[in-house]
Order: sequence, then C-alpha cells, then structure tokens
Amino acid sequence: MEMPTPDPGILAKKDRIVQRLQSVLPADAVIHEETETRAYECDALTAYKCPPLCAVLPANTEEVSAVLKVCHEEGVPVVPRGSGTSLAGGALPTADCVILGVARLNDVLEADYDNRVIRVQTGRTNLSVTGAVEHEDFFYAPDPSSQLACAIAGNIAMNSGGAHCLKYGVTTNNLLGVTMVLMDGTVIEVGGAHLDAPGLDLLGVICGSEGQLGVVTEATLRILRKPEGARPVLMGFNDSEVAGACVADIIKAGVLPVAIEYMDRLCIETTDKFAKAGYPDCEALLIVEVEGSEAEIDEQLGVIMQIARKHDPVELRQSTSPEESAKIWLGRKSAFGAIGQINDYMCLDGTIPVSSLPYVLKRIGEMSKEYGLQVGNVFHAGDGNMHPLILFDANKPGDLELCEAFGAEILKLCVEVGGCLTGEHGVGIEKRDLMGEQFAPEDMEAQMRVKDVFDPAWLLNPAKVFPLDVSATRRSEPPRAA
Amino acid sequence: MLKPRDENELAAAVAGAKSPLRVQGGGTRPIGAPVSGDPLSVTAISGIELYEPGALTIVAKAGTPLAEIEAALAAENQRLPFEPMDHRKLLGTSGEPTIGGVVAGNVSGPRRIQAGACRDSLIGVRFVDGHGTVIKNGGRVMKNVTGYDLVKLMAGSFGTLGVLSEVSFKVLPATATTAVVLINGLDVEQAIAAMSRALCSPYEVTGVAHAVSGVEGHPVTMIRIEGFEESTTYRAAKLQTLLAEFGDSDVETDPDRTRNGWAWVRDAAKFAGTDGDIWRISVKPSDGAAVASALSGADLLFDWGGGLIWAEVAAGTDIRPMLAEVAGHATLVRASDETRTAIAPFHPEPAPLARMTHGLRKKFDPRGILNPGLMG
Repeated sequence: MEMPTPDPGILAKKDRIVQRLQSVLPADAVIHEETETRAYECDALTAYKCPPLCAVLPANTEEVSAVLKVCHEEGVPVVPRGSGTSLAGGALPTADCVILGVARLNDVLEADYDNRVIRVQTGRTNLSVTGAVEHEDFFYAPDPSSQLACAIAGNIAMNSGGAHCLKYGVTTNNLLGVTMVLMDGTVIEVGGAHLDAPGLDLLGVICGSEGQLGVVTEATLRILRKPEGARPVLMGFNDSEVAGACVADIIKAGVLPVAIEYMDRLCIETTDKFAKAGYPDCEALLIVEVEGSEAEIDEQLGVIMQIARKHDPVELRQSTSPEESAKIWLGRKSAFGAIGQINDYMCLDGTIPVSSLPYVLKRIGEMSKEYGLQVGNVFHAGDGNMHPLILFDANKPGDLELCEAFGAEILKLCVEVGGCLTGEHGVGIEKRDLMGEQFAPEDMEAQMRVKDVFDPAWLLNPAKVFPLDVSATRRSEPPRAA
Repeated sequence: MLKPRDENELAAAVAGAKSPLRVQGGGTRPIGAPVSGDPLSVTAISGIELYEPGALTIVAKAGTPLAEIEAALAAENQRLPFEPMDHRKLLGTSGEPTIGGVVAGNVSGPRRIQAGACRDSLIGVRFVDGHGTVIKNGGRVMKNVTGYDLVKLMAGSFGTLGVLSEVSFKVLPATATTAVVLINGLDVEQAIAAMSRALCSPYEVTGVAHAVSGVEGHPVTMIRIEGFEESTTYRAAKLQTLLAEFGDSDVETDPDRTRNGWAWVRDAAKFAGTDGDIWRISVKPSDGAAVASALSGADLLFDWGGGLIWAEVAAGTDIRPMLAEVAGHATLVRASDETRTAIAPFHPEPAPLARMTHGLRKKFDPRGILNPGLMG
C-alpha cells in the first residue's frame, strides 16, 4: 500500500511544530518522543505501520481548535484518531503528520430522556454511551463488534453499523447533531436535538467522511427505550444456499427481526471450540433475533420458525432463558477473536444485494481453492453486509500479498453483483485503491469537491479514501528530493 | 419546457442551458423562493428499474409517479418506511407527485420518528450536476460506506446541487394492523408530556401527533401503533394504562379511519384552503409549548411528538423573530410569491454553515443555473 512521501520540510521543522503545539496544550497532551509516538503507529489494520511526527490529546473543543489552527498555519497534515480500532487503516499516520487523538474527550454533556437524545464528547466509547443511559432503560442503537473500545468519533467518521442495524439503522440514522472543528480552527455547529436540517443536509455528508472534513468533538445522538425483551433463535442448515433462501423468505413474510446473522462451517467450528456456544454441526447457521413483549416475541418467532421448518433445518433452537440467549450470541460476537486465535486473518466488509448471497458464497468458495487460502464467512445476512475472513500466515513470505489480492477479487465481485466495497468499516487505505472499481472518475471528483469546500488545503487525513493518483493534484505534494 | 426522455438527454439539457433552469417533477411542491428560469421537467424519465422484495430494495427513475411506486410495493405487502407527505391539499396544487420530488424535498411523514426520514431510507442516487455531468453515489444495498455520502446531501437539496435521474430505497414490510390511542381535550403542555411519555415507552409507537383543533374542532392527541394484531392490541392497552393520568382515552382500530386520520396529519390537511401563511417548525419536542406561547393565536398541528409543528399565521408574518429564543428552524412553506420573496422561505444559516452551503453550491453548480435562489 503506497503512502505519500513525507514532506522533508515538515520533518525538518518538527521542533518548532512541537513547541507551538505545547504552547496551546497542557504539557502531557503533546507526545513527541520517538519511543512514545510508536503507540500511534497503526490502528487495527496492523499490517501497515508508521509512527507520526507527533500525537496530541486535546481535552475539549477549544484545544482541538487551537491544535488545528497551528497545524493549518504550519501546513501539517492531521490524522484524527478515535480509539484506533479501524480495520481499514483510517487512522494510519504518515511520518509528517500530527495524530489528533480524541481519547480525552469522553464526557457525557447532557442526557435528555424527554427528547430521547444524549450529547457526548466524541472520545467516549460506543458502549459507554449506552452505559450512561441504561439505568433509565435507554440505549444507543448502533452496535459495532468493537463497541467496547471504539469511540463515537470513529463511528461518525466511518458511519459504523453493527448487528442490529437491520431494524435500527447505522450511525447516520442515529446522529442528530455535531460540533465540528474545521482544519482552520473554525468551530461549527450542525444539527441539534431537532430531527431535520434547515438547509442542505451537511450532517449527512459529514457522517462517513472518514475524518477528512473536520474533527467532530461533540455529538447529539438519538437514544431509544429498550424493548421489553428480545429472544434469538438458532437455525442450522446443511446448505448455505438454503440458509440464504430462508433469510429472503423471512424478510418477505413481513416480520422484521432486529438481527439476522450468518456463519459458515469454518466459523461455526472455530468459534464453538473457542466460546463453547453449543452450535450444531452444519454448513450454515443463522441467528435470528426479535424484540417485544413475551407474547409479541412468541407471535413473531412463530412466523419465523414456520418459515425455517420449510427449509429442512438440521437444528432449530429457540432460546428459553437469558443465559441461553447470551450463549447463542457469544459465539457470533467472538467469531473474529476465535479465528484470530488460530490464524492471521483479513476481514473484508463488502455488501451485496441479499438475492446474490448464494452466488457470491459459491464464488468465494471457488476462489478460496484457486488462491489456496481458507475463508470463513460470518456476516449480517439481513442487509447483505458480508464479512469474509481470509486466513493467512503473516510469517510466510508472500502470504499477505496473496491474501490482499484474494480480498480485492472478492470486493470486485461484490461490486459486480450490484454491491459495494465496504458496508460499515470504511475505505481508509485498505480499499482506497479499489475505489475506481465502484466509482467513475467523475463520481470521485464530486466527492472530492466536498472536501475542497471543508478543507481547501487538503490537510485532514489526506492520503485516505481516494486513490493517491486521483487526489494528487489536490494534495500538496512535497517537492521530491533531488 | 425542457422535457428530456432519459438521463443522457437530461445531461445534455443541463450542459446546454444558457440561462437558469427551474427543475421540477410533478410540480406539486412549489416550496422555496420563487425561481425564474426555463422549466425543466423530469417526468418523462420514469419507471421502476428494479424491485427485489426479498432484499427490501427498490430502484426507480426520478420521474416515476409516487403512486406507481406505492402500488408496486403494496402488491408485495411492503411500503416506503418514511410515509411521504402529499403536499397537494396544503399547497392547492394538482398533478402527480414523483419520487424524485419526494427526494428533492426530503419529504417525510409521521413515521419519521420511528422509521427515519426519506434521507434515511434513500440508499442510492444518480444525478446530473450543474456542469451537465452524470454522477452516481450510494447504490442498491442498504449498508454502504464507500466514499462520501452524497445521497444524504442530495436529499432535501431541492434540485440546487443537481437534477436527480434515479433513486434507490430501502423499503420495509407493511404492517398488518394499526391501532390509535386517542385522548381528547389536552392543552399543549399536557399533550407534549403525554406524547413524550408514549415515545419514551417500549411500545414502539409509529406516529405521535396533537392537533390544537382536530377534525371535530377540539384538541386531540393521537398515538399510533402498528404490527401484528395481538401485538397492537397489547401495546394499545399498555399505552392506555401508561397515559391514564392524562384522562380517558379511546382506541381506534378501523383501518379506513386510522388511515385517513394519519393522512390528515401527514398532509397537514387541516390547513387546506385556509387564508393564512403556513410555517413548518422543527424543534426539540419539549420546546413545543414554548413555540405555542410565542405564536399565541396561531392554529397549530404538532407531529413527531411535538418536534414538527405546522403553524398557520396571518399572511406576511415573519415568525422567526418571535422564535428567536427557541433552538431549531422554521420554513415558510405556503405564502404568496411576494411574501416568499420578502421572507427567506428556508431558515438563514449561521455564517460558517452558510459558507459551507454556498461553497458546495459553487462546486456542484458553478454557473448557478439549478433552481438559483430557491433555498436562499
């Protein structure tokens, strides 16, 4: 993965930049010793690493503004960082950049139950937003797998999803307002506790802009009352295509489960050894969860079980207690970790039309043989958001490159059947060079125009999302060393 | 009038335009400042391109009549989740609303509180920008974070950034039954409290409205529940108990009466043919009572639990100064051309946001030919 050559002019003035940053921040908020900047050299896409020029940890909007103002004046690129859980390399530094971490921005500013909103600083973790309101029986709906660690700032940057977005939507559907600092230090307020925009929907384009338009320091989020109850049912099938057909039939029947999760044999076996969830021995497994009162759950699961029976399941197990529900979910939620125990893996995130599921699964199986690399499939089946996990050996020369080539093939396949490169993880650097598969040059041009307006100098996270040759004329390319 | 038959002709029409264009679909929603320009109609670019009930997605050309889309979805027992408003009664217009017009205005109805707005169901667009270039964004899958979300930016941009040629939606199963809990005689403050109580319950209400003067002339508060029959019956009873302190309530389950009642709310139909100007106010629901007292004397209809307020005031009145203390915004939806020229129909933005908005318009429509001035 190519990254821009660091600007020697910036590297040469590191001392001055650090000094200026120290003049606007508390002493412990500027990290510049080489031994310490290493902590920021990568995010969860660990295949790529590069320590930044320095890292800063501002604690409020004013400090973020002051930092950006300094960096803007000095012409230094800034890479915003939430909790560093991006699988797409969204927070990967360059040697000439300042990492702006939001970890110290973690307060709850206001919980307003009457209006069903919460205002938080964006360094707060996803799960702790729910944590702040659950004593009143409320929750924040988007639930990425990394929710224990990931920050709201990163969720907004990547428009994160989760297992329950079939019903509740993704981040953009649950975000009502932001305080954002532009690269020149200007603080803007977009949206609020009301539900719609007065003019152009700027919030809509800010969410999912991968830290390229501004640094979001505060967010107004929609909170929801917890349902009376929830109950999952586990279904095992001996054929992945049959499982796919069952998903389509459930959706067509007019029931809207909150989640429909899919796992294939490799994932079932691996996670069962790891999490001991008691999964059946079969080719494909579905976890379907519905919500409501006991009677409502019975009514909905009745319809769902009836559909499932028509597809000859090898196992059809309704949870009968909260312990059983937790156990059913435990396997799914620990899938990535379990696979990680046995192998290095690369997690893809392409989304496809649900109708193409059987075809795409079959092609992935064929490609797996061609490349000689195993693939586990675990994903959100209700919305077609796939998560193929390609297993490889990082210590084996050439294996990572082979894995990346295989991954690129899968993502091209997703686009070919009418889907997209990434459903919830973001483009970052990981999918950056594949953008041309999904978008024509003019489509990318239209997107880059938005960045031109918010960040005319292209200093915010500039080497991400758009292929480097596509963004070259906009980024201030440093003069090449003679 | 320019009436391109396909996207290529649309692109050529925009590229070749020498003067401003007034972009329109069915012409049923003349919202915003009056625009002078050659009419450009998108109605000939019509038809459902793809509909996959099992994937909950539909793709249609922008000029497709909304009625055609709703009929196709109904045949599969599905629907557009956001319950788009029909502006014809309120604005006294005729013609056939198009799906492109719905998107251009981000037109949503009472179910917005539970299922999101038009922009939340919209998953893909194709449009022609002011350069005459065809641009696509999003697609036909419901989870997509590939590149910037111009889909949201296009929703509610009223044709000022580009002319839509195709739109894609996530749709949802239609529900089997509807029940409406009705409470009569609440004042605004009580009504807001009752609506908040319902919205904070776990009973998944899909419509929460209050009319200061309902169909029968007295205040009425309406709370809607949808779903399988046993479930709606159960939740309606629970809500009645929950709201007991606000007085006696009735439950209406007749399909025609519930449908018509919510269409009346959705379309702000009570203001059809009245004399005053109509404002659409968007606030935090708990500020509803403050809005009511600031606009004392105005006839009001509260939707979205109080977060959306329709107000009828004397023609030519600018209500924004009266609402200066309340966070949110107000749009002048119905008024004479003169008033909509004198008072900006869209709420003026603070300077830094206005700069962004202006910058985006300059980038997408550098010649300023797409509905110039419509949004301010």
